[in-house]
Amino acid sequence: MEDYRIVEHPIIDFKRGRKVSFTYNGKRVEAYEGESILAGLYAAGFRVFATSPQGDRLREAFCMIGRCSSCLSRVNGIPNTRICIEPVRDGLIVETQESLPDIPKVSREIVDVVEEIKDVDVLIIGAGPAGLKAAEILGGYGLRVLVATDHFRAGGQLVKQTHKFFGDTTYYGGVRGFKIAEKLISNLSRNPNVEISTRTFVYGYFKEGFFGAEKIGDPSLHLLIRAKYVIVASGASERSLLFENNDLPGIMGAGGAQTLMNEYGVKPGEDALVIGSGNVGLIVAYQLLQAGVRVHGIAEVLREIGGWFVHAAKIRRHGIPIFTGHTIVRAEGRDRVEKAVISQVGKDLKPLPGTEKEFNVDLVLLAVGLQPNYSLLSQMGALMKYLPEAGGLIPLRTRYMETSIRNVFVAGDLSGIEEATTAFIEGEIAAYTILEREGFAKAVEKRERILNYLWNEYRQSPVVQRSRDAKLKVTVSEEEMKRLRG
Amino acid sequence: MGFKETGVLTLEDMMRAGLMPSEERLRKGPVALLECPEQIPCNICVSACPFKAISMDKIYDLPRLDENKCVGCGVCVAKCPGLAIFVVDVSKGDKAYITLPYEFLPKPSKGAKVKLLNREGKIVGEGVIVKAWEYEKTWVVTVEVEKNLWFDVRAIRIEGR
Repeated sequence: MEDYRIVEHPIIDFKRGRKVSFTYNGKRVEAYEGESILAGLYAAGFRVFATSPQGDRLREAFCMIGRCSSCLSRVNGIPNTRICIEPVRDGLIVETQESLPDIPKVSREIVDVVEEIKDVDVLIIGAGPAGLKAAEILGGYGLRVLVATDHFRAGGQLVKQTHKFFGDTTYYGGVRGFKIAEKLISNLSRNPNVEISTRTFVYGYFKEGFFGAEKIGDPSLHLLIRAKYVIVASGASERSLLFENNDLPGIMGAGGAQTLMNEYGVKPGEDALVIGSGNVGLIVAYQLLQAGVRVHGIAEVLREIGGWFVHAAKIRRHGIPIFTGHTIVRAEGRDRVEKAVISQVGKDLKPLPGTEKEFNVDLVLLAVGLQPNYSLLSQMGALMKYLPEAGGLIPLRTRYMETSIRNVFVAGDLSGIEEATTAFIEGEIAAYTILEREGFAKAVEKRERILNYLWNEYRQSPVVQRSRDAKLKVTVSEEEMKRLRG
Repeated sequence: MGFKETGVLTLEDMMRAGLMPSEERLRKGPVALLECPEQIPCNICVSACPFKAISMDKIYDLPRLDENKCVGCGVCVAKCPGLAIFVVDVSKGDKAYITLPYEFLPKPSKGAKVKLLNREGKIVGEGVIVKAWEYEKTWVVTVEVEKNLWFDVRAIRIEGR
């Protein structure tokens, strides 16, 4: 059997767990503990995980972090399982769903669900930079914190960031993203006040004052969580783009490819084209090179490169062209992308006929922006504002990161797409506001210092002007928030 | 077209941004070139420099190099998250020495022959590695190149993979 795992990498030492084996549509597949089912399958050469509901279009995974629906499979009889966030185990029975699944037969897992009530001071939803940083501070002051993530591993998107972070050493500047995650998680694991609950999907809030959460495991638990304060830091998901054949296998989110190659050490393809030259597109192009993938270029619809010059320079000097003023018009191929066609765009950003360029690639990575995962806050009734420049629907909040629901806070990409440093900072601001309410005297002073750094220094940089402006539009004064709450 | 369209910095861009050491300083020996023309919120190079040769008032200022304090040690090359710092030495004979960050395979080693790449990734010659050391998985590699290539060579490709 082919193995697409990366053995040697210039940055990452892949420490693989014990070998396990499971079946996929009856075939035996070997994988390593710590991998997702999807990564294990991808490493073994499987590329199609689902079809369109009509069954006539093949689908590969797109996001690889449990947000899209293109890897839904049946695992041990349970349909609609997101195999990208389901860890491999010995003896699993994994099957493709034929379009819409049947209702499962009653299985042991379903019968054995146990209900458990949990009382905590702070419930944090999301274990990325914002959630973990908030947990570190709150736990440090002795508050009982529960961090819930639906992934089987904490760290959010930090785990696939292989580059050294920018910024200030206070916020891990100069440290590689995945190393930051390791550090934060190991700090938190030593704090008895903080529990990180993985494979825990917080699905809703109820008027009795409980959050409902499904904690998948053996046995699975149904958690009813009561919390004095809540920080929703559920991050964002990658956007797709409209073009002909945009669902062909081989077309995936740039972050999806990062998950495969940087978290699991699986090569996502051999020849790639990247769409979008924001920092994500530029960085993924560099990382593809590091993983031994040929990168044919980056197409950028605008006239200027979207991301930071230094990231662009990094890939240009290894020969990757950036086609500004270009967009993808179609992909071609039978069971997988074989060719991608880009074209110049006019002033109206529409393709100009006769200017097409073709690339023989098996991978097209979309790095065209993110949209916040607002569903829980929305279900809770938090007021939102539609802000395309920040990714879509964004919760209104005060400068202390409190939403229109008292004692419910927001931090990180869910509060408007930005980046990891500001996610850490927003997590801190939310945490110190909670500490202020709990009567910790120094909290206000610390929070003001961070707020000052964030607004009067960090976000004064002209390269983050856009996100600063966007964040200003969803940040309302305390008085205004009072009025909005009615 | 400017560097925001091309991803390629010119000597004029460097001068305009005030990032170019003086000719006199270049002639004296190895010196850092901070190829960081945008005001990104980052000051890692400031704390990285053991000689306090790099300064910034605000986190988003362009880095300022005190060319008299810089000895061209290359520590900033290893630590810059943007891989945007190089050290050039044009003080010796008919060769120039470029120190650059390298994060690919195969690993560099002293004496190895490499392809020299310019800012657009075009091969502009061959060079030899005269020094290589590693910090947190970023290699800092010094290559000997033809003197006239001192502003061109910004990357290397090591054959054998």
